[in-house]
Amino acid sequence: MTSTMMSNAAPDIGTTTQVYRVFIKATPQKIWDAITKPEWTQKFGYGLRDEFELRPGGKYRGYANEGMKAMGMDGVIVDGEVIEADPPRKLVMTWRMAIDPSMAAEGFTRLTYEIEEGRGGVSRLSVIHDLAGRPGHAAMVAGDKQGPGTGGGWIWILDDLKSLLETGSSLAQNVEWK
Amino acid sequence: MTDDDRVFKALADPTRRFLLDRLFARDGRTLTELESELEMTRFGVMKHLRLLEEAGLVVTRRQGREKLHYLNPVPIRLVHDRWIDKFTERRVSALTDLKRQLEEESA
Repeated sequence: MTSTMMSNAAPDIGTTTQVYRVFIKATPQKIWDAITKPEWTQKFGYGLRDEFELRPGGKYRGYANEGMKAMGMDGVIVDGEVIEADPPRKLVMTWRMAIDPSMAAEGFTRLTYEIEEGRGGVSRLSVIHDLAGRPGHAAMVAGDKQGPGTGGGWIWILDDLKSLLETGSSLAQNVEWK
Repeated sequence: MTDDDRVFKALADPTRRFLLDRLFARDGRTLTELESELEMTRFGVMKHLRLLEEAGLVVTRRQGREKLHYLNPVPIRLVHDRWIDKFTERRVSALTDLKRQLEEESA
């Protein structure tokens, strides 16, 4: 072993897949709804109004929320296409940051949600995001673009989703800006 | 053991922190790759990886014939938000109080 210290060196992102997993005390159906229904997607994470056509080849669009509109960002923020929809177990789709021209130019990433029912009413949600050759998207979903220590990306989204489904309110709603 | 206990226990060992460190630097590695950076038997590395997996800090995925190991940072964030934040919150509010006091004085 050469070192036991946690390195602060920038991770080599953009060359691989990112995998995130969280256990949530909720049924697979509740988690599925939270991911695919606009009345739920607006309540956690970045709060986009997501519209899915849940069939292979169906369109996916994530629209700006009120806060984004107030900052001058309107319309489609992220877009993609449904590859496989097997409610409430598996959703495979393409996903791209459409609002930012340089990110949009990278092209679509491949995103998979897997929901498994466990014991005691706890489900396991896995997010597998294939970001090979998409360094801009990889940095964004890893949380890097938000500045050091401030989070963002999948870690924050999943943490927030867990809060919303287990306590009824998301972390984002609980933050009091002074 | 609670989920938090498993995370703390997994992080309490320098070899396991080293393995997480390697996955942070480059994600999606095989056991053989991880093993090559440690002076330890394959069995020993497997044992550490299993504990990391049980704590949710490592997630494995099959890709063809290979089993790849991925760093899952979500449990660390959960421990931070729900446990450590409780203690740092007071310090942050003390700072915002100080800021308010200083701003009122200069007004």
